[in-house]
Amino acid sequence: MALLEVSQLDVRFALRQGEVRALRDVNFTLERGERLGIVGESGAGKSVAAFSLLNLIAKPGFIAGGSIKFEGQTLNTMSERGLRKIRGNRISMIFQDPMMTLNPVLSIGEQMVECLKAHRRISTKEARAIALDKLQQVQIPSPETRLDQYPHELSGGMRQRIIIAIALLLDPDIIIADEPTTALDVTIQAEIMALLLELCEQHNVGLILITHDLGVVSQVTQRMLVMYAGRVIEQGLTREIINDPQHPYTQGLINALPQMATPGEKLNQIRGSMPSLSNLPSGCAFHPRCDFINRADGQPRPACTQQVPEFVESGNCRVACHMVAEMLEDRRLKEETQ
Amino acid sequence: MSAQVETRHAAPTQNEESSESLLQIRGLKKRFSLSGDFLEQLRFKGGKLVRHQEHVHAINGVNLDIKRGEALCVVGESGCGKSTVARTVMGLLTPTEGEIRYDGQRIDNLSSRQLLPYRKRMQMIFQNPYASLNPRMTIQQTLEEPLRLHHPDWNREKILDKVQDVMGSVGIDPDWGKRFGHEFSGGQRQRIAIARALAVDPEFIVADEPISALDVSIQAQVLNLLMEAQQARNLTYLFITHDLAVVEHFGTRVAVMYLGTVCEVATTATLFAKPRHPYTQALLSAIPRLKDDRPQHIRLTGEVPTPVNLPSGCVFHGRCPYANARCHQEIPTLQTQDDGTRVACHAVEEGRL
Repeated sequence: MALLEVSQLDVRFALRQGEVRALRDVNFTLERGERLGIVGESGAGKSVAAFSLLNLIAKPGFIAGGSIKFEGQTLNTMSERGLRKIRGNRISMIFQDPMMTLNPVLSIGEQMVECLKAHRRISTKEARAIALDKLQQVQIPSPETRLDQYPHELSGGMRQRIIIAIALLLDPDIIIADEPTTALDVTIQAEIMALLLELCEQHNVGLILITHDLGVVSQVTQRMLVMYAGRVIEQGLTREIINDPQHPYTQGLINALPQMATPGEKLNQIRGSMPSLSNLPSGCAFHPRCDFINRADGQPRPACTQQVPEFVESGNCRVACHMVAEMLEDRRLKEETQ
Repeated sequence: MSAQVETRHAAPTQNEESSESLLQIRGLKKRFSLSGDFLEQLRFKGGKLVRHQEHVHAINGVNLDIKRGEALCVVGESGCGKSTVARTVMGLLTPTEGEIRYDGQRIDNLSSRQLLPYRKRMQMIFQNPYASLNPRMTIQQTLEEPLRLHHPDWNREKILDKVQDVMGSVGIDPDWGKRFGHEFSGGQRQRIAIARALAVDPEFIVADEPISALDVSIQAQVLNLLMEAQQARNLTYLFITHDLAVVEHFGTRVAVMYLGTVCEVATTATLFAKPRHPYTQALLSAIPRLKDDRPQHIRLTGEVPTPVNLPSGCVFHGRCPYANARCHQEIPTLQTQDDGTRVACHAVEEGRL
């Protein structure tokens, strides 16, 4: 049994204009100590996915179907009381903006002690000792003084280190990190990512990394999901997807990176932009931007505009694309006739 | 005629450079006061009333030349002063010290009336297209405004023609004219902002992080648009960014800034092939690349110091693995290397690196 098992997750937002399906058909598992990346552009639903794992979706959003199983317990039907034992304790989160996550009127030490005492029956003194140990693990200079400082006295990189220390406080099994380095500079980003990676390996903690940065995902994670307009469109081993993306959107996303083009040449752009979730195109949500909606013979493929693509297995990856499905089908037929 | 050529050849490289450069920045310094007005500056110290002033030293002596037709990229991390350079060049901020020359003419001390003809020749694109478009103006009005200001003699037809023309050149649907900024996505808004900058046919564009607020697939679209515009109109760019991957693709030359000073200036190819300054090396190694598994990035210790109390000597010495006693005391200046790269580093100068 996997540590975390998400199947057929379906999240909707009940808006005045009608129901919006923010997330559908999300399936994945996470083993202990494994690192999974969720990649997508803004509006793809990657943060909704992260929040729904801990049932943190606020109204008008709700989990309409599917299940999230952590060590066999179903999180999405669990009581608030039960969830509180898991949130922060077994599964902790790191958010994008460290200033928003830290309480500005409490010192770093108070926040860490508060968190420890909420989950464990220990004295303040013991809690402070644990807090100090975690601050040392995230390599903060003079951790002793930091305990009595307030968040505004620290720099962005330092704050994110504190957040990581807090996420590790209760020795969780999984850390969900939602764009943990987006607000930081490149050199600080590299340091924080290296630190996070090191700590996850050292403590055998599972990591779900949500980001728009393909470079970070390829360096940190073992498996990845690519999301587009509320659906997973490709998932599998990170290395395979980066080296040989199957879905036209993943291909476009990778090829659009400046590092993939010859300097000075035109970049390979994807035309158009991501559709709004309340007004999704029919069929495959990517078809208005896709260059492969025609068959090899130049005829349009009707399925692309009419049918939502199902997942097909292509090697070790799963891809939701009619074109890929057709190619695999052709190959299978050819092999059969031979 | 021949005598003129002679003197040109005899002249030091500085003049040679300036003859072809469109923009020259010389000894630029900019300080921002943190202490408020006069009364707020008064403090009691040892029984006496003293005036206490604090400054953010945003730029500390920057020298740069931008040649006609090139894209000079200024890179650095937040707080290094790159945006301040852009704004000072545009005349949106007045420099504390130093000179800015545009096409040979000093522009930093001009009144706004005198600056008007230069404003037509140099335009700016801002980072956040959600904030840089007036929410109460339609796209048509947004694009007409600079034309009306800079061409008061043009009649209505001519202005409308020009707006149509510029909309076409950046790929904006003419139907968008009646709509407002909030109806568009980030990428579309940035397209409109670019159209507004191009409307008055400038020759020089300052782009301050024009693609940082956009999604990856949209970044490529906007970057392509900027490159097309450069080719079609022979534009010169001052391109401010923190993203080195973009620089490698877009820039002709790169200036790396750290804490208000330029630490290395080189052609893009040279900088990426052979970074000299320890900070540039660290910065390059920190780019998350797609196709290496275990990157060997140079880990810098500590963080960027505050620009309020600048470190003595080289501003980078606190984080530099090669710093010695000299670096703590003496401020390095940009030294030209064999291949034309200019580096401000004692270690490079002494051959320690």
